[in-house]
Amino acid sequence: MLALSDFLILGAILFCISIAGIFLNRKNVIILLMAIELMLLSVNMNFIAFSHYLGDTGGQVFVFFILTVAAAEAAIGLAILVVLFRNRGTINVSDLDTLKG
Amino acid sequence: MEPVQFVFYAFATVLVLASLAVITARNPVYSVLFLVLAFFTSAAIWLLLEAEFLAITLVLVYVGAVMVLFLFVVMMLDINLDQLREGFAKYLPVGALVGFIILVQMVIVLGPEQFGLDRVADPVKHGPDYSNTKELGNVLYTDYVFPFELASVILLVAIVAAIALTLRRRPENKAMNAADQIKVKRAERIKLIAMAPEKDEPAEG
Repeated sequence: MLALSDFLILGAILFCISIAGIFLNRKNVIILLMAIELMLLSVNMNFIAFSHYLGDTGGQVFVFFILTVAAAEAAIGLAILVVLFRNRGTINVSDLDTLKG
Repeated sequence: MEPVQFVFYAFATVLVLASLAVITARNPVYSVLFLVLAFFTSAAIWLLLEAEFLAITLVLVYVGAVMVLFLFVVMMLDINLDQLREGFAKYLPVGALVGFIILVQMVIVLGPEQFGLDRVADPVKHGPDYSNTKELGNVLYTDYVFPFELASVILLVAIVAAIALTLRRRPENKAMNAADQIKVKRAERIKLIAMAPEKDEPAEG
């Protein structure tokens, strides 16, 4: 019999892996975007687990909206990345210091 | 161990290993492919939670659209991998430490003490005639109809923003301006010149 805590801990593990990924790959914007996708996945896992165990469909509706916003965010983020690479020739985060005084 | 538990732990192991590979893979293409694997396995776990519609949506929308977009961008950009990897070993201890501390804190809060089976009982399983899609649609188009329409606006904004960001005018591309073509006058195209009549000269040699 699976408990709610199993799914919550799985979501927590995913979330921590993606936080560690942001720390490790702080130069590569693509991996950073992928770590954010992984974070959203772990949040969705929590929403669906609560929705199932509490018998409330509202959680699944929230996951639906999170998927929508995440798809929009990925599209715009990748568009910005392509423009950035076209203008600067790099996606290294530490090279993007034009706004620094 | 019950079959459902075996399925859960098998998919959870694959999911955790795949997400670890996402953040540690040397090549971003491998990262994207491992992220696809992570999405597939979490869709399987969502099926265990009777969220069939969202599981299929995750595979269709994420694996089918978003990750393909990622893959296109990763393969299109010609990036220097060694330069992007530098600092990986330096930040590994602090990243692992922060992740581990957050994990321990979350497990303390979310662990079996608070959310175990004795606190939150296992819900009744629905029969084969239960439709998750129907139930989701029932609330989505009634209680959440306004947020649903807002979501469509967000998607429209994303389309417009992505096109506007990446559109560029290349000087070597020749394009016609339809408005200029339509409103052209005769005088702009034809020029009448008054000149003396020319004599016919015998053709030379």
